Amino acid sequence: MSTELKQKTTKKEGFLSHPAVKEFTFSAKRFLKNPLSIIGLTIILIFALIAIFAPVLAPPEDPYDPFKIPHDGWKTAPSPPSPEHPLGTMEQQYDILYGIIWGTRSAFKIGFFIVMANLFIGIILGSLAGYFGGWFDEIIMRITDMFYALPFLVMAMALVVAIGRGLQSIIIVMIILGWPTYTRMIRGEIMALRDKDFILAAKAGGAKSLRIIIQHILPNSIYSVLIVASMNIGTTVLTAAALSFLGLGSESGYADWGQMVSMCRDWIVGPPDNRLAYWYVVFTPGFVIAMFVLGWNLLGDAARDVFDPKMRRK
Amino acid sequence: MISIEKTIDADVSINIFLKTEKNHVNLLNYIIRRLLLMILVLFGVSLIVFSIMMIIPPGQRVAIYVKSEKVTPAQMEALIEKYGMNDPAPIQYARWIGNIFQGDFGYSETAKGPVIEGFKQYFPITLELVLLSTPLIILVGVWLGTLGAVHKDKPVDHFTRVFAVIGYSLPTFWLGLMLLMLFYGLLGIFPPGQISNVGKDVISSPEWNRVTGLICLDGIINGRWDIVWDGFYHLILPAFNLVILSCALILRLMRSSMLESLGQDYIRTALAKGADRGTINRIHARRNALIPVITISGLMFAGLMAGMVITETIFNRKGIGLWMARAALQLDVPAIMFNVLFLGTIFAVVNLIVDILYAYVDPRIRLT
Repeated sequence: MSTELKQKTTKKEGFLSHPAVKEFTFSAKRFLKNPLSIIGLTIILIFALIAIFAPVLAPPEDPYDPFKIPHDGWKTAPSPPSPEHPLGTMEQQYDILYGIIWGTRSAFKIGFFIVMANLFIGIILGSLAGYFGGWFDEIIMRITDMFYALPFLVMAMALVVAIGRGLQSIIIVMIILGWPTYTRMIRGEIMALRDKDFILAAKAGGAKSLRIIIQHILPNSIYSVLIVASMNIGTTVLTAAALSFLGLGSESGYADWGQMVSMCRDWIVGPPDNRLAYWYVVFTPGFVIAMFVLGWNLLGDAARDVFDPKMRRK
Repeated sequence: MISIEKTIDADVSINIFLKTEKNHVNLLNYIIRRLLLMILVLFGVSLIVFSIMMIIPPGQRVAIYVKSEKVTPAQMEALIEKYGMNDPAPIQYARWIGNIFQGDFGYSETAKGPVIEGFKQYFPITLELVLLSTPLIILVGVWLGTLGAVHKDKPVDHFTRVFAVIGYSLPTFWLGLMLLMLFYGLLGIFPPGQISNVGKDVISSPEWNRVTGLICLDGIINGRWDIVWDGFYHLILPAFNLVILSCALILRLMRSSMLESLGQDYIRTALAKGADRGTINRIHARRNALIPVITISGLMFAGLMAGMVITETIFNRKGIGLWMARAALQLDVPAIMFNVLFLGTIFAVVNLIVDILYAYVDPRIRLT
């Protein structure tokens, strides 16, 4: 019993003294000392809680279709905040608070799904191109050049219209057009490591290419890639919202922030006696998007400063 | 070859001469190679755009030419046949490219005329906004970035960083709508559009001499200062919107680049020699720090064009951005293909110029 316990503790100590773990705890401590990263973390955690507890915070009328915002009648003009509608309603009386709460789920879905799919394609193509070089690298890089020269938003708009409007299409299109950025980034990271001594040592030791990529190269380059990816969750949501705003999103009444801003376009100027009468329709959904993106940007910014050893010294 | 170089090696001056000579040849080679590569990339862009447009079924592509709702399927078929949309894709592609080389970009339904006419009408409006906002974006970004780096970890630095991260996070469309709501809605100033109705009558009258299409510039040429002011008045809010959103990128890069250059040994040397801080920041540090900013300024162009689509949509400025948005929404295929090719060309040319400048300014860059 006692020997077992002793073994466990030594094992634990051994685990804690592993350089990678020490590095991580050191970085994490610095990360939590930075006020900006705390703000970013708090914002994202709040949004995550809202997304998780959406059914409690705003019980859906139809449990099978929770993303449909309920509305009281079809009156065109928005109504100001009231006890039943704490944030007011949009045109056709869609409840803004409900839209915001369930829109959080849409935003996380959009951000994670697009960035993860792009990262997946980017890691595979980028590491193959960067590690092996040659004609494969040449082809992949020329294709990414071509995608870089395309005006992203216009191509995305045309493609979404071509395959049918809706949030689903926006996600698919942003994956089709988004992977080159990640491929190029990962390729660069891998090329920087490819000729380092420890890789040559691994090669000399007889390790296979796949093993070298997975065990030696990716762990060394993945940090900076993940940080960029986390920052991109914000901008991805922003672009998707812009596409929704331009009228390519789901049908009106779907809980998606971009869609909600798009619905407010006719209400930026109120009646003559009160020009700002409909401020809540314009302000609230856009403000929520801005906060969501701000959270990810603060998080990514701080993470880059902390985890990048070159930045840390300064 | 090696032996020749070795013999010359003794004479340093000749060697330097030879080296610069070699660099010039390299630069020329580099430019030629890049130009060839650019043509390849543009060819690829045209292929990608074309393939994407081919996904759309002919019936939908032809729909924009259909004027009345009472079109029989047979008439639709005739239209599809007329525009040759049932031909195999390679033939359609060859026809499109062939027409381009003859200067015919097709007919744009959203521009109500040939694509080229639409372009002549819309492009100056966008160009005017770009010409006003780009220098502002770079100046403000470089200025604030330098300020942040010089006063690192002081309140100024925190302020600029917060400004940058907020600018980076704001949705373009939301900021634009809020600006319109406050200035146009509440205060009744800075209306949307590109010119007032009175001004519109003036610039569409026969005696108006339309030289460049840029409202302010034409105003100066025609000696009509009221029109200059009118055009400028409508530019303020959209330009402000673009500056807030785009200068964050330059600011962040300038700050980190400036910090890096301030940490160099030659800065310490300059300090030790007794140069004052202002001179060091301006001459020694900032010049070097500007190099990466040049590159990003080229890349920023792409971001600016995306911002343009949204900014012009919100402020109802009838420029390329609004045209593209409408063309994409209504599947005006000739207009989409033309604009994508046009922007791709501009993007490639800007990047080429930036890279050449870069290699020219910074001799450390290897031309490979």
